[in-house]
Amino acid sequence: MSAPQIEIQIIAVVVSTACAIPGTFLVLRKMAMISDAISHSILPGIVVGFFITQNISSPILVLFAALTGLLTVLLVESVNKTGLVKEDTAIGLVFPAMFSIGVILISRFAGDVHLDTHAVLVGELAFAPFDRLTVNGNDLGPKSLWVMGSILLLTLILLFAFYKELKLSTFDAQLAASLGFTPVVIHYGLMTMTSITAVGAFDAVGAILVVALMIVPASAAYLITKSLKKMLLLSVGLGITAAVSGYWAAHWVNASIGGSMATMLGIIFFLVFMFAPSTGMISVLMRRRRQKLEFAMLTFLLHLKNHQQKADSIEEQMVEHLTGHFRWSRSKAGKVLQMAEKNDMIRIDNDVVDLTEKGEQFAGEAMHYIITNKNTEPENIWNKFIMFR
Amino acid sequence: MMELFDFIQQLFTDYTSRTIGLGTIVLGIVSGVLGSYAVLRRQSLLGDAIAHAALPGIAITFLILGVKDSLFFLIGAIITGVIGTLWIMGITRFTKIKTDTALGIILTVFFGFGIVLLTLIQQMDNANQAGLEDYLFGQAATLMEEDVFIMASLGGLSLLVVGIFWKELKLLTFDPQYAKTLGFNTRFLDVLITSLIVIAIVLGLQTVGVVLMSAMLLAPAAAARQWTNKMGVMIILAAFFGALAGITGTAISASMANMSTGPTIVMVAVTLVVLSFIFSPIRGLLSRKIRELKSRKTLRKSKTLSVMYQVAINHENYDHPHSFQLLNNFRGFHKSCIRELRNEGYIAVTPDKQWKLTKKGFEEAQNLYVQKNE
Repeated sequence: MSAPQIEIQIIAVVVSTACAIPGTFLVLRKMAMISDAISHSILPGIVVGFFITQNISSPILVLFAALTGLLTVLLVESVNKTGLVKEDTAIGLVFPAMFSIGVILISRFAGDVHLDTHAVLVGELAFAPFDRLTVNGNDLGPKSLWVMGSILLLTLILLFAFYKELKLSTFDAQLAASLGFTPVVIHYGLMTMTSITAVGAFDAVGAILVVALMIVPASAAYLITKSLKKMLLLSVGLGITAAVSGYWAAHWVNASIGGSMATMLGIIFFLVFMFAPSTGMISVLMRRRRQKLEFAMLTFLLHLKNHQQKADSIEEQMVEHLTGHFRWSRSKAGKVLQMAEKNDMIRIDNDVVDLTEKGEQFAGEAMHYIITNKNTEPENIWNKFIMFR
Repeated sequence: MMELFDFIQQLFTDYTSRTIGLGTIVLGIVSGVLGSYAVLRRQSLLGDAIAHAALPGIAITFLILGVKDSLFFLIGAIITGVIGTLWIMGITRFTKIKTDTALGIILTVFFGFGIVLLTLIQQMDNANQAGLEDYLFGQAATLMEEDVFIMASLGGLSLLVVGIFWKELKLLTFDPQYAKTLGFNTRFLDVLITSLIVIAIVLGLQTVGVVLMSAMLLAPAAAARQWTNKMGVMIILAAFFGALAGITGTAISASMANMSTGPTIVMVAVTLVVLSFIFSPIRGLLSRKIRELKSRKTLRKSKTLSVMYQVAINHENYDHPHSFQLLNNFRGFHKSCIRELRNEGYIAVTPDKQWKLTKKGFEEAQNLYVQKNE
């Protein structure tokens, strides 16, 4: 690995960490599209800031752009408050407008500067190591590493200082307000931090990929864990994984690094979405199928219990009854019978089904739960009686 | 300004300008109509996600064919757009992730993948590859007659479908539960209208670009929504606004140097939205403000009148004159109120600068008083 390669990877890791932290809260607060709006809208801020400072890497420029991001949030909120359009339309109108202003400003007045619209959208991480910070002739490393490093440090300080406020106002804004934490301040604080991070990362990965780095790892982590701390750590970890693997994938096929990082994030998210234990699509589908079967079995057992001591009991207890009366398919009926028998709920004698003692007890408790709807938790009954699924 | 007139003149004489003008008008109409559904069904941001998701579709089509062909690009874009939409639906259906997060995920990931493909294409030794980047911000100048023909026929077909399913779609938009109870196949209708929106978005990519297409979809509809409460009127207005934004934006960008078409069209459309927000007669901010001021004034007037009434009933005859100082104790007293009450004949002012209720004023105040105490 050459020195620039290592530097690019370090920058990528720092950027993805700095993005994943605010991203976690954005996902939890259901504000993902707001971050998209912010990242697009900082463009005019950068352009105007550039006209004023004439220096693409001036701190004033970052400040200016961050303010534009905040302005976007305010604009969306005020359009929303008029009640003339719904919130999603408000977002969908404000950021393209801001972005258009930025693009027009660039193409009209900044044609000859290093500020082209394509770079703005996707950035170019490969060039980051060549823009170096030098103090008194000493090379201190890539400039964007310093910028993003400071932003990451600020993010971490704020995270540790306001962790409990952030947590509380994210999960229970009312309680936070009644305890005197002013969720509004937290809200705008988070928005400011999102804007600053987006501006800092803009240079390296561009407007759209900033959003990818913010919300995709956080969403994947959201599916895996239920604890905020673990979610933060996981989204940072997934972000870093995508950053490094994305870099090497891009290196391998010689493509855009930012785009490749986003693609890696997409792959990671897809894997989590499909295979996450208990929240992934496959396990959700399997659970739904199992619950359907368990419910069918319960229905059947209740039916048996209902008809046990009646005159027509033999007819109602016939195996054929499942396909006849219940209108279940033969395979479903077979599965239900198999499950019930495996769990020692029924015994089958000459095609006549009879409840065992255990089955009777189970049906009784389930009936009791259905009638009273209290005392025993349904899950407990289930766990007590069903051993094999 | 001169150039603008030149453009309008060219619109009728010059072949290229006519093609571009027609193209943007068609685009404006189609996206205005289908955008109305997106806005009313709260699918506004879906458009943004679909537009971004179309980028890899275009790139893959180019990788397969090796040439630029608008029709196949459209098909490719529609395919990845639909894949993106289905994934969004899957995410919201099977996990606890909410719609807007799902939109953000699909938008950024598909776009990132599209960018990877574009950078791959750039390295290829294919002279045809130039211009694919135009799909980011759109370039109306690249529109050919056949592109416009494709846009018009696909767009026309979409509008026809909207016309055929007009009442079903209307019902679905405003009350999907009711539509279901009436026995309409709401899932089919849902897929139908979403696919039509996908088509509208994909049609605009060449002109407006993936980044800004969502605004082209939303803005005409959001503007039209302000002027009417009727769906049919709204859709016609949206089509008109869309066409207006398209042609005006193209004209401006054609007549000024270094003006990209996409952003210009979007800015015109957004300006239409802002104007509608402010000036629409019923919902508009201006008329709302005026109404608010008016009702505040009426309230103040009746308050003043009722105070005067309470003073007046302490005397035998209601038109006993009183000094204005008497009113100073009461908050909300306003000189303009007095003036207006006088102009409307509720009170009279005596030559020695004292006020008294007229008969009309007394009756009006009595009426107010009765209403208040009921």
